[in-house]
Amino acid sequence: MDDMYRDYILDHYRNPRNTGDLPGATHTYHDTNPLCGDEITMALRIEDGRVADVRFEGKGCAISQASASILTEDVKGKTLEEVRVIDRQRIFENLGIPISPARVKCALLGLKALKGAAWGLSTWPGEEEPAGAAKRTGTE
Amino acid sequence: MAVVSARSTLPIDVTRIRADFPVLSRTVHGKPLVYLDNAATSQKPRQVIDATREVFEEYNANIHRGVYEFSERTTAAFEGAREKVARLLNAAATREVIFVRNATEGVNLVAYAWGREHIRSGDLIVSTVLEHHSNFVPWQQLARDVGAQIAVIDVDDEGRLRRDQYAAAMKRGPRLVAITYTSNGLGTVLPAKELVAEAKAAGATVLVDGAQAVPHQKVDVRDLGADFLVFSGHKMLAPPGSGAVWGRAELLERMRPFLFGGDMISRVTVERTEWNELPWKFEAGTSSYVDAIGLGAAVDYLETVGLDAIHEHELRLTGYLLDRMREIPGLTIYGPKTLEDRVGVVSFNIDGIHPHDVATIFDAQGVCVRAGHHCNQLLMAKLGVPATTRASFYLYNTTAECDALVGAIHAAKKVFRI
Repeated sequence: MDDMYRDYILDHYRNPRNTGDLPGATHTYHDTNPLCGDEITMALRIEDGRVADVRFEGKGCAISQASASILTEDVKGKTLEEVRVIDRQRIFENLGIPISPARVKCALLGLKALKGAAWGLSTWPGEEEPAGAAKRTGTE
Repeated sequence: MAVVSARSTLPIDVTRIRADFPVLSRTVHGKPLVYLDNAATSQKPRQVIDATREVFEEYNANIHRGVYEFSERTTAAFEGAREKVARLLNAAATREVIFVRNATEGVNLVAYAWGREHIRSGDLIVSTVLEHHSNFVPWQQLARDVGAQIAVIDVDDEGRLRRDQYAAAMKRGPRLVAITYTSNGLGTVLPAKELVAEAKAAGATVLVDGAQAVPHQKVDVRDLGADFLVFSGHKMLAPPGSGAVWGRAELLERMRPFLFGGDMISRVTVERTEWNELPWKFEAGTSSYVDAIGLGAAVDYLETVGLDAIHEHELRLTGYLLDRMREIPGLTIYGPKTLEDRVGVVSFNIDGIHPHDVATIFDAQGVCVRAGHHCNQLLMAKLGVPATTRASFYLYNTTAECDALVGAIHAAKKVFRI
């Protein structure tokens, strides 16, 4: 378990980077993970095809919040083309910890919200194909 | 099979019971399985597994159709399971028991077959903040479709139903009262008989969600006085796909089926169809008969152990766990503080750790708990949290497993450097 909840993960969870309101945001998207109720709002200010600034607000588990925090550091200053290619594998590499199947959506919620903000995409990263694939949600 | 042991400090012989459940001897991540997610689903004893396997291996055929021996035998086992359920609930008649796949389907059956005939624009439906989504969303949607109102009764700070609000709602003459017997999120046991009596006095039809009650204590529908009761088999040792609606015969007789097709008819012509008798008019298509036969075996098992003894056992475990958890700083425990009106469920949060992280760390210790909203988002909103961690017991759980849970809480705090 110490493999998963490493110091830098807990640090991003407790002291998330790039949080709060983003003045002049050009793109904002709110998303949730219905399984656990985690929430993330991603706000971007895109200027000249580049992420001039990014902030997020969220509540949820350490994995979802740390992942979103790390993601904001990753994308700030990047061009939209560079952001577009960020996939689930990149998120797992950024986290640098083992992610079990049950926690994959926690790790990807930030990226999903980011892509929702930038391109209006509402599918889970990595589940874009086939089109219209059923979304799984939690039940009792 | 379990019997009361004179030397045991518990009313049931848990060691012998555990030997009946093959999965309980498995390991998770190299640790013994500590299964504390019984409010979500229960494990299955050998007796239930054998009963279902026996159908497939010995005599499987479709029910209510063939005149050959296997079909007659399968039909007899299926209808025998119905008799067992009727006896368990002390129903006035076996035909008052309709097999469905789960409690959710049961509520929907009542919502469609009774609700759409009887609930009109402006009518009042009374629900509670403790309801599982299965006993709220069908009524919310019905209310939306017909223009009815829905009143959601609140709970106090300990998760007990606000009786003052409930009494006030009864004065408004509700058409339907749809309430749970036991909260799956908090373990609050509602004073169901009193609530039913108040609702009946107000002229309401009453549906009780027994999903968390029928597996854990004696529920006598004639004593309870409600009009409908629903429950799921999978939470009471039976296979998923089994469950039942109990309803008063005079109500069921007047209700129009909502699933049409095979097996639910007595006569079909081009112009019209006559319905089959109760209970079959509500069981369109081939039923999950093997699961229902498994439910019959589960009822046998629970009755042999004794539902009073099971209830007592779960109360002791709940008390033991609550006492041990109160020693741990930095925990928020939800629900009634005393055992008088709670059982079987301990919902909590560890300060500074999200329930999903808690459950991941518990999993590494072999401890299975539920983390989330428990299909209880109304209650989570009331508690002001997105989710909780929930441990829930059944007849095979032990105080040693409570200790394992406590150990897992300490492990979680250590992982999070708290």
